[in-house]
Amino acid sequence: MAFRLSCKEASKLISDGMDRRLSVAERITLRLHVGICDACTRFTSQVQFLRRALKAFPGPDDPEAR
Amino acid sequence: MQDTLLAAIQGASRFAGQSSVRTWLVGILKHKVIDGIRKTAREQPVERSDREGTEDLDALFSDDGHFAEVPGEWASPERALEERRFFEALERCLQALPRNTASAFTMRELLGLDTEEICKELGISTSNCWVMLYRARMSLRACLERTWFLSGSAGAG
Repeated sequence: MAFRLSCKEASKLISDGMDRRLSVAERITLRLHVGICDACTRFTSQVQFLRRALKAFPGPDDPEAR
Repeated sequence: MQDTLLAAIQGASRFAGQSSVRTWLVGILKHKVIDGIRKTAREQPVERSDREGTEDLDALFSDDGHFAEVPGEWASPERALEERRFFEALERCLQALPRNTASAFTMRELLGLDTEEICKELGISTSNCWVMLYRARMSLRACLERTWFLSGSAGAG
């Protein structure tokens, strides 16, 4: 794996990291990229939000959903 | 599969007031949903966009690997979770996904299955499964940004 990731490579690793354990090398290169990349920082929190949103899926008459 | 899921979600209305709608969904419907997916997977040819190739994702990035459309700033995403209309938007975005991609994503995020189980149920390789989940996240993220967070819907109701 290249030392420097593109956003394309980083976003795939961010997604993969939600489904499998990343290798140490993957985690280090990803952290180096996300640390300096606003787009991938937002991408990370948005896909994590997607996970919370699916878990919070209400029924139609769920009183908690307004 | 999506019909089954929608019926399940509609059926969940009878459990309004209970905190365990999700638990109920998972417990009762896990097998039904999986049966539906198995049946669908047998009967439906794999859609072009469900395949392992990532060519369709290339369009979302420039040649040097930058986002073609840079993810925007989402205003108070947590508040969206309190709005019914947000979940309607999310459902529309889910329905726009290729069938197996939506199945894989729903099994992963709503039912909490791990990718090994999902690959087995869909009869696909693990790496294909990761690609499908990646495709689902890319597509849903962009769809919600377009139809909710940057459309003026967020916080309007």
